[in-house]
Amino acid sequence: MAVLVIADHDNAALKDNTHKAVTAAQKISGDIDVLVAGQGAQAAADAAGKIEGVRKVLLAESAELDQGLAEAFEALVVPLMANYDAVLIPSTSLGKNIAPRIAAKLDVAQISDAVEVVDANTFVRPIYAGNALETVQSSDAKKVITVRPTAFKAAAEGGSASVETIAAPAAPAKVKFVEQQIVQSERPELGAAKIVVSGGRAMGSAEEFQRVIEPLADKLGAAVGASRAAVDAGYAPNDYQVGQTGKVVAPDLYIAVGISGAIQHLAGMKDSKVIVAINKDGDAPIFQIADYGLVADYKTAVPELMSALDGSAK
Amino acid sequence: MKVLVPVKRVIDYNVKPRVKADQTGVDLANVKMSMNPFDEIAVEEAVRLKEKGVATEIVAVSVGPTQAQETLRTALAMGADRAILVQANDQDLEPLAVAKVLKAIVAEESPEVVLLGKQAIDGDNNAVGQMLAALLEWPQATFASKIEIAGGAAKVTREVDGGLQTIEATLPAVITVDLRLNEPRYASLPNIMKAKKKPLDVKELASVGADVASRLKVLKVTEPAKRGGGIKVETAQDLVMKLKNEAGVL
Ligand SMILES: Cc1cc2nc3c(=O)[nH]c(=O)nc-3n(C[C@H](O)[C@H](O)[C@H](O)COP(=O)(O)OP(=O)(O)OC[C@H]3O[C@@H](n4cnc5c(N)ncnc54)[C@H](O)[C@@H]3O)c2cc1C
Ligand SMILES: Nc1ncnc2c1ncn2[C@@H]1O[C@H](COP(=O)(O)O)[C@@H](O)[C@H]1O
Repeated sequence: MAVLVIADHDNAALKDNTHKAVTAAQKISGDIDVLVAGQGAQAAADAAGKIEGVRKVLLAESAELDQGLAEAFEALVVPLMANYDAVLIPSTSLGKNIAPRIAAKLDVAQISDAVEVVDANTFVRPIYAGNALETVQSSDAKKVITVRPTAFKAAAEGGSASVETIAAPAAPAKVKFVEQQIVQSERPELGAAKIVVSGGRAMGSAEEFQRVIEPLADKLGAAVGASRAAVDAGYAPNDYQVGQTGKVVAPDLYIAVGISGAIQHLAGMKDSKVIVAINKDGDAPIFQIADYGLVADYKTAVPELMSALDGSAK
Repeated sequence: MKVLVPVKRVIDYNVKPRVKADQTGVDLANVKMSMNPFDEIAVEEAVRLKEKGVATEIVAVSVGPTQAQETLRTALAMGADRAILVQANDQDLEPLAVAKVLKAIVAEESPEVVLLGKQAIDGDNNAVGQMLAALLEWPQATFASKIEIAGGAAKVTREVDGGLQTIEATLPAVITVDLRLNEPRYASLPNIMKAKKKPLDVKELASVGADVASRLKVLKVTEPAKRGGGIKVETAQDLVMKLKNEAGVL
């Protein structure tokens, strides 16, 4: 029984999500291969070979794989699955785009967003915005699993697997990449950051969001997140959204500023180690899950917090 | 151009779901049910495409219990032209099964675009659209925040990690919609009245001829661990002290 992990990477570097998916895979089999699909991705493939417990790295390169086109991934991964009993993919926007397509082609169910691998056939996954956990047993011969990275520890470094280059499939005929606007940020990635500072509707404008939330995040070396309300209103970019239908984060410290705590938001951050809420409404639901609540107007509380942090840095 | 819009009846997003004591599932008895919010966005987009003269007919389809007729009537009141219920009363179908049923409906209806929600907020699977595209061997454009249809192709801007991506898919295609695509309208009273007279065709699941066997056995449904109660702090100064000394996260 062998399993394939599809790597999360940006060609130059491997992301930690890959290490976490490897940890999830270890519960299924000891024979773990990692597929690095991209373009100019030798460095990421070499890094994948250094993850402890990895048997072999497969490297496939084409423009369409780099663009994350699901049709290209289907053509690459479905034939490969003749050699594997399971494929695990981190639940990123790429993973969510490609995994169900692969599952349907294999005529198997997808296990979406697994947070625990009980055994090779049994998985735990959140449903209803994380208000319930479902334990499911699969009767499919092959498994397609998207993995919620925050639920798994990263596999250690220390491997020395070889990298085998495999052919990329021909470009899909019916879909083509047009353009993308990907923002390169100096800040840590939202999914991987130790500290996340999120702003909500209370910010009132994009300028205010940038004036209040971003300096606090930078002082803490934190990633920036937002509620749906803040994103919908254009205060923050769409991929900042934390929640049921946005990103799921579980940092050591999550600071929610001017966020009420709707269940859809909580779904994305309630597994954080320590939660801080700053909200002027003492009855806001966010306080029910916050470890430390500060009932205050953010307009005074955030500057005070900034100077208290300055004071404590000494 | 015909647009097919699959809509699911789910727990209303404002309701806090409760796990049943016997761990068999979430308690839906006497709970408010509504159209999956993403599907409202899909219906809205289809209606806008029709208003722009791009779409000519909108067919809403739901796979579910008899009560899903209400969901379909909502879609009709928003502007869909007709509806199909594939009645599945005692079975909660998995995404693969729903995709197979939808494939059979696509074979009958021959739409050029299937517009779905990206995710149903009950199972949180985010799978049916991609699966349907695979089964049909159609291109897919998921998580759409902008859709332009012209010249036999859909140019779709997608919400992805890090920003936005635009792809162009040759029709027929499957598109799944994200939150920022539009703001769904409320159905007006006259439109709700008119919707009652629009055609709603009910088919039995068995008559569709799709393999709907379940692949996953639910062993149990449990409540996640509750967080321990927190405390309120008086000042930002206190907060920083506690985060440093008590929580050890700074
Ligand atoms: C299908 C669907 C999916 C969704 N997915 C998500 C998701 O993934 N993520 C998500 O976040 N939401 C999601 N939502 C939206 C969610 O239901 C809430 O509407 C949203 O989280 C509210 O955002 P908010 O807390 O910023 O705004 P509000 O609920 O308006 O809260 C603003 C808060 O700011 C406080 N405030 C105001 N002024 C100040 C001040 N000066 N100082 C301090 N506090 C102040 C107020 O007391 C209030 O509590 C989804 C909804 C649906 C229907
Ligand atoms: N039973 C159903 N009937 C009709 N459409 C459905 C059904 N289940 C899912 N869908 C569609 O598929 C989308 C994604 O659902 P899911 O993959 O279950 O998260 C939903 O937003 C709907 O558009």
